[in-house]
Parts: sequence; C-alpha cells; structure tokens
Amino acid sequence: MNKDTYKKIVKDYRKKDKYIRNYLSAFLSGGLIGFLAECLYLIIINLTNISSNNARSIITLAIICIASFLTAIGLFDNLIRKCRSGLIVPTTGFAHSVTSSAIDFKREGLINGIGSNVFHLAGSVILYSIIGSFLLVILKVIISA
Amino acid sequence: MSLIYAFLFSGVICLIAEIIINHTKLTPGHVTSLFSVIGSIMAFFGLYNNIINKCGMGAITLISNFGSSLYIAGLKGFRNNGIIGLFSNMLSKSSLVLTSTVIFSFIFVCIYKSKD
Repeated sequence: MNKDTYKKIVKDYRKKDKYIRNYLSAFLSGGLIGFLAECLYLIIINLTNISSNNARSIITLAIICIASFLTAIGLFDNLIRKCRSGLIVPTTGFAHSVTSSAIDFKREGLINGIGSNVFHLAGSVILYSIIGSFLLVILKVIISA
Repeated sequence: MSLIYAFLFSGVICLIAEIIINHTKLTPGHVTSLFSVIGSIMAFFGLYNNIINKCGMGAITLISNFGSSLYIAGLKGFRNNGIIGLFSNMLSKSSLVLTSTVIFSFIFVCIYKSKD
C-alpha cells in the first residue's frame, strides 16, 4: 500500500466519524430542547392555573429570549458549531439569525444597518412560509368547494 | 409519556435536517425555509395538530410550527371573512414569534456590541 491510498483511507474514516458525531449531537441537542420545553410546560400546567395556550406562549417567549441573549453575548455561535442543526431547526435558529444579522450590521447605523438587515437571513423563512401557506389555503378552499 | 415523544420528535426532525445539510449542497438557510414550508404542508393534510397533541412542546419549538400556524390562521380567516379574512388573519397566530424576535433582538442589540 502506498502513501496516497493510505491517506485516502484515513480521510474516509475521519469523515464518517465526523458525520456520525454530527448526527448524534444534532439528535441529542434537538431532542433536549423539546424535552426541556415539555418539562417546563408540564411544570407550569400542574403548579399554576395558567391556561395551556398561554403556557406554550410563555415557553416560546423564554426560548426566543434566551437564544437572542446568548447570541448577543457571543456564546451562541460556539453552541451552534457544536450542536449544528439541533439548534438551527428549532425556533432558537430563527431568533439567532435575526439577532446575529442585527448585531453584525450595528456599526452601519440604525436605518441602513440594523433596519435594513434584521431579516437578512430570516427573511427567506418568512417569505416562503407565507407564500406556501397562502397557496395551500387557496388550494384547500378550491378542493373543499 | 409526552416527554419521550417530545424528545424523539424534535430529535428526529433535527437529525433529518443534519443529514440533508451534510449530504446535499443545501445550507441551513435552505433547510429552515424548507422545514417551515413542510410544516404548512403537514397542516394542510391535518397532521400537525395531531402531532402537537401527542408531542406537545416538542413540535411547537420547531420552525415547522411557524408554517403550520400561518396555514391554520389563514384558513380560519378565510372561513370567517372570505379572501379579506385570509389577508388580514394570516399572521395572527405566529405574531408571537415575529414580534418577540424583533423586540428581544433589538433590546439586546442596543445593549451589547459585536465581538469583532
């Protein structure tokens, strides 16, 4: 076996190893967010007399607040590097993208910086989900008519 | 029991997203848009409410809930007030997510500076 093929084999193994670690961390961190949110929900429902809709809203608010805060103090980028999609797909990813683009463009001023760039990354989510839901509502109405 | 369902559902969705990111050329931006549209498609088939009943917060914390709540609120608006209702009611349920992200990010951006 010459040096090059050996290197290639090592590289392949490393890649596979990295993939599996990414999958595990995404699964565990994503699951943990759902698990913790559900725990909080059960605690709020059982200990106070807040209605279930309000309890869900409070937890969503808390998640968004924590994600924005961690992004602003600069910790969230490291967390995302470790957990990857586990933090991108939940609402934390949405809050992170809004806060990080706002904080990146802060030095360019309030209007041209923050104002025109807050939805720099999150804009695509808002745009396509509104278009998609709009078309689906129309489709549903046509089908049921 | 709902705790286990919440863990499994959100974990599996994140795992699928990670597989898509690793094996295709799509970026996290593509994947979040894709998943929110998938959420509204699931609501179209009436699946997402059942999932929320079973998995609770595991389904609500995901970005798919944004799409599904847009669809549900839009359909409700159409049933109440026709096409005008669709336009005026679409964002009513997901207003919480949009408003709170804007408010919190603005507050924290005013307080903290970019690191580099």
